[in-house]
Amino acid sequence: MRADLATKTADTSVRRRSKLLAAAPFAARVAAVIVLIYLLVALFAPLLAPFGEGEVVSEIPYAPPGGAFLLGTDQLGRDQFSRLIYGARNSMGIALATTAISFTLGSLFGIIAATRRGWVDQAISRFVDVIMAIPQLIFALILLSIAGSSIPNLIIIIALLDSTRVFRVARSVAMNVVAMDFIEAARLRGEGLVWIIRREILPNILPTLVAEFGLRFCFAFLTISALSFLGLGIQPPTADWGSMVREASPLIAYGKMSLFIPAVAIAVLTISVNLLVDWFLDKASGLRNER
Amino acid sequence: MHALGRTILYRLVLGLFSILAVSVVVFSALEFLPGDFAASVLGRSATPETVAAFRQELGLDLPPVQRYLAWIGGLLHGDLGTSFAGRAYTPRPVADIVLPRLGNTLFLAAVTAALATPIALFLGLLAALYRNSRFDRLVNALTLSTIAIPEFLVAYLIILVLAVKFPLFYSMSSLSPGMTLAEKLYLVALPVLTLSFVIVAHMMRMTRAAIIGVLSSPYIEMARLKGTRPWHVIFRHALPNALGPIVNVIAFSLAYLVVGVVVIEVVFVYPGIGQTMVDAVRNRDIPVVQACTLIFAVTYITLNLVADIVAIATNPRLLHAR
Repeated sequence: MRADLATKTADTSVRRRSKLLAAAPFAARVAAVIVLIYLLVALFAPLLAPFGEGEVVSEIPYAPPGGAFLLGTDQLGRDQFSRLIYGARNSMGIALATTAISFTLGSLFGIIAATRRGWVDQAISRFVDVIMAIPQLIFALILLSIAGSSIPNLIIIIALLDSTRVFRVARSVAMNVVAMDFIEAARLRGEGLVWIIRREILPNILPTLVAEFGLRFCFAFLTISALSFLGLGIQPPTADWGSMVREASPLIAYGKMSLFIPAVAIAVLTISVNLLVDWFLDKASGLRNER
Repeated sequence: MHALGRTILYRLVLGLFSILAVSVVVFSALEFLPGDFAASVLGRSATPETVAAFRQELGLDLPPVQRYLAWIGGLLHGDLGTSFAGRAYTPRPVADIVLPRLGNTLFLAAVTAALATPIALFLGLLAALYRNSRFDRLVNALTLSTIAIPEFLVAYLIILVLAVKFPLFYSMSSLSPGMTLAEKLYLVALPVLTLSFVIVAHMMRMTRAAIIGVLSSPYIEMARLKGTRPWHVIFRHALPNALGPIVNVIAFSLAYLVVGVVVIEVVFVYPGIGQTMVDAVRNRDIPVVQACTLIFAVTYITLNLVADIVAIATNPRLLHAR
């Protein structure tokens, strides 16, 4: 019956996906379009940006918007608009890489813990407990002070810390699946562990993991932006929204609002992803209840 | 009562164990320093001899277990080590740097808690009572967005409105010793407001969920069917049972405050422990970072522990899990 269901969803998944989107609530559709735009901007940043990422194009620092510089220039006379576009690429790319690593690690160990149980589960779970006993941002700060701030360090540190959360989610959903009869059946048939994980467990926990991916992406994105804002994340001259907020922040005292452009860019993306995840969760649980 | 005491004791031991484990993690920070670290602290002019002397002073030539015990012993006596910054000329004890700042942060957190908790509980109660109403949905959307956006955006929006467009408050909260309480309160108004926004969102959502959970129990329906007045149902029947979850919510939100405070202190240039930690990370002043991490982690663990214990103490069902 499960195999049945699997082929059925596979057959109709494409058609269903387009139908799903059409039936989605207005907010979710807007969110999907926004996320798509962000992705396209990130992908084609070099084609879209009028100037280079670190290129000093004006002798006037903090030039007002207008003319050749759509959003004005920053403290070094670099084009803000170009930096905003490159920022999309850097901020999102780094957050995506982080989430991808934390997911691979977290779900791998989560599934191993759930299938192996016993001391393996205990050892990983207690280790994760200790890591999670320290607030994530604080932990990231101490690790950055040791390793020094660079993009690879940033990705690895946030990915490791965030994988603990993925681990918990993956372990708990996998636990529920492992207790099912079809897993027992597969074991009795003599299927190997890898086969069981790939064919029986993974498809069943995928919806939860996909939703979790969205949330973890937001979290990684916000953490990295916060770190960059604090001056401890992505370092100049790499353009990144968190550092752009930081660089423009002294101007707020004079009523210039340029810092809100990157800050709102961050907020719009995280809110959109949250809306999409919300809708997806609704939908995923709905699909499961159909049977 | 016996079982309750035992469970609480068990939780306390578990909490103590987590703190111990965290201290090991924080301690190992020095262990994993890259080899060139001493040179980068001492500057480029450092000779191999001064680097070796520095390593010896840090005790890096002793076995780790011995060093850990000495470090923990020092901590228990209030000795947090010596800062790396300017250590060649005037060595400063970490305690002198961190402890005064800790007082400022606790002040900020206390004022925020005092302001945010009643507001959050009230809004949560209203949203639960009128759930799915327009008010509920509005508050829901607002709090969801507040949670999803970066804290610095909230902070700068508040600065824009209350310090730039309508200059009622200062955008910088530089406290100095000798200020009166009223002056201090005026200075921290904006950071408190920002932090309140963020934690009210969390607290309110959790309060709403807790109260809805209680309101859906059969005994509430029974009270209603008896013809008890609505507010009587809320305050005499529902609230006592929701109190446990609510105190739990408060403790969790205060634990969340621990992290929120870092970014907010930097935005408002507030001389607290969060700002201290960020500066220390930037200068790679490891002893100060270690001390700050420990303080944050212990606060976080303690608050979560309190939340746990309150939840168990007010809900005897949790004693018999499974």
